[in-house]
Amino acid sequence: MSAILKVKDLSVGYGTSEVLNSVSFTLDKGDYVALAGPNGSGKTTLIKTILGLMEIRSGQIELFGATAGSFHQWDLIGYLPQRVNVFNPLFPATVREAVSLGLLSRKRFPKIFSRSDEARIDDTMELMGITDIKNRLVGELSGGQQQRTFLARALVSSPELLILDEPSTALDPQARENFFELIKTLNHERGITIILITHDISQIGQYANRLLYLDKTVIFYGLFSEFCQSEEMNRFFGHFSQHMICQQHH
Amino acid sequence: MLHFLTYAFIQKAYLAGTFIAVLCAMLGLFLVLRKLSLIGDGLAHVSFGAIGLGLFFGIYPFYVAVPVVVVASWFILKLTEKARIYGDAAIGVVSSFGIAGGVILASLSNGFNVDLFSYLFGNILAISDQEVYLSLLLSVVVLLAILLLYNDLFSVTFDSEYARITGIRTERINLFLTSFTAVTVVLAIKVVGIMLVSSLLILPAVTALQIARGFKGAVSISILAAIASVLIGITVSYFLDLPAGATIVMCNIVFFAAALAAKGIAGSPVQPH
Repeated sequence: MSAILKVKDLSVGYGTSEVLNSVSFTLDKGDYVALAGPNGSGKTTLIKTILGLMEIRSGQIELFGATAGSFHQWDLIGYLPQRVNVFNPLFPATVREAVSLGLLSRKRFPKIFSRSDEARIDDTMELMGITDIKNRLVGELSGGQQQRTFLARALVSSPELLILDEPSTALDPQARENFFELIKTLNHERGITIILITHDISQIGQYANRLLYLDKTVIFYGLFSEFCQSEEMNRFFGHFSQHMICQQHH
Repeated sequence: MLHFLTYAFIQKAYLAGTFIAVLCAMLGLFLVLRKLSLIGDGLAHVSFGAIGLGLFFGIYPFYVAVPVVVVASWFILKLTEKARIYGDAAIGVVSSFGIAGGVILASLSNGFNVDLFSYLFGNILAISDQEVYLSLLLSVVVLLAILLLYNDLFSVTFDSEYARITGIRTERINLFLTSFTAVTVVLAIKVVGIMLVSSLLILPAVTALQIARGFKGAVSISILAAIASVLIGITVSYFLDLPAGATIVMCNIVFFAAALAAKGIAGSPVQPH
């Protein structure tokens, strides 16, 4: 197994407050990690730091073998931000235009799309089942359709690592289940490594193979099965909570 | 009736006006969507100071205005990034500095002279050959740059955080955007004057945003509305003996009202859930 992401003793903060403290973990190719933790536990901060959007206070991040500062292969990473704060709903972008933006990580100046790029955009929309709405404005779509559009944007560059920030919050139960099935397929069939931020670990246990439980530092990192058998986690979460998290894990 | 088209001053006004209109229409769309609409107003006020400076020292005002306004645009950007000031406040700071500087310079050179006053409202019908060449040259350079950076500008405007993680250097793109705007504002002063520059940036863009069904469509509508306003405005102002700048702005307003009405007839878009 080759490591896709290595985080070593990572600390991140704003001003005097520390949001992440000495976080360490390693992600191998093909892993599907559920990143969970209470509100304010630093989940989104961790993701943003991995994505180079926040500065590292101390420690190290290695992506695909390159240290954070020297990593430039952004097309290897797909990111689905939390829907609520991503874009201006009055922006007149069509679904196809929004999806095409994900391909810019593969382009060099001048970033003009070739025919093969156009075909790739069409193929990704087909995969996501959004071809029929490709000329609709993103701001006019339902939550589920927007989610698929932004997932298509994340996938169009054929990433090896896909990072999803609370993707299920905007979806109704049926759309949520379909969405998780889709991510599972991407993980199983395409071997895409997944990090999925969620506050609902009882559900994610059905899909993810690893759990990273964060509360400013790593409380637990390992296989779901190890989590369920861990005495320490039993003491930390209490028997009931641990059981709730594990009962749906097959 | 069409005899007026043979006049050199009308031809020059059409030519320079069209190029400047295209620039304003494209940049305006990015600025409006980024809630930076009033940067045009702020930079026009800085131009007032810069033109005053040029007149004071007897240098051709546009030669002073272009570099000074470009630097002022960077300053607005730096204030927003480093000094924890919102964009609109940063524009306000730089804008008042420009006006105050202009007024002091005008007073030092014994009050408002005709020259400085003429820049307040512009007059494209009085554009000189030198100004036409300068306008065309700068317009072509900025237009080419916008076309080459089109996807970067689109991405940063749509979602600047996402743009960063696709490897786009958003600070650099912002720097380009404000520099292009600075050059465009100085050029547009000749068309509508300092007081009305921001209307050339804002109106075609908001007209397009009423009816566009995609970003490329919005760019096209914005450009068409801007060109049509300039050409119709110049023509109407010639026949009715009205000030050209104000007439161009009024044409823009008519297009905006028409777009608003068209949208009303077509039904307002579905609100996002």
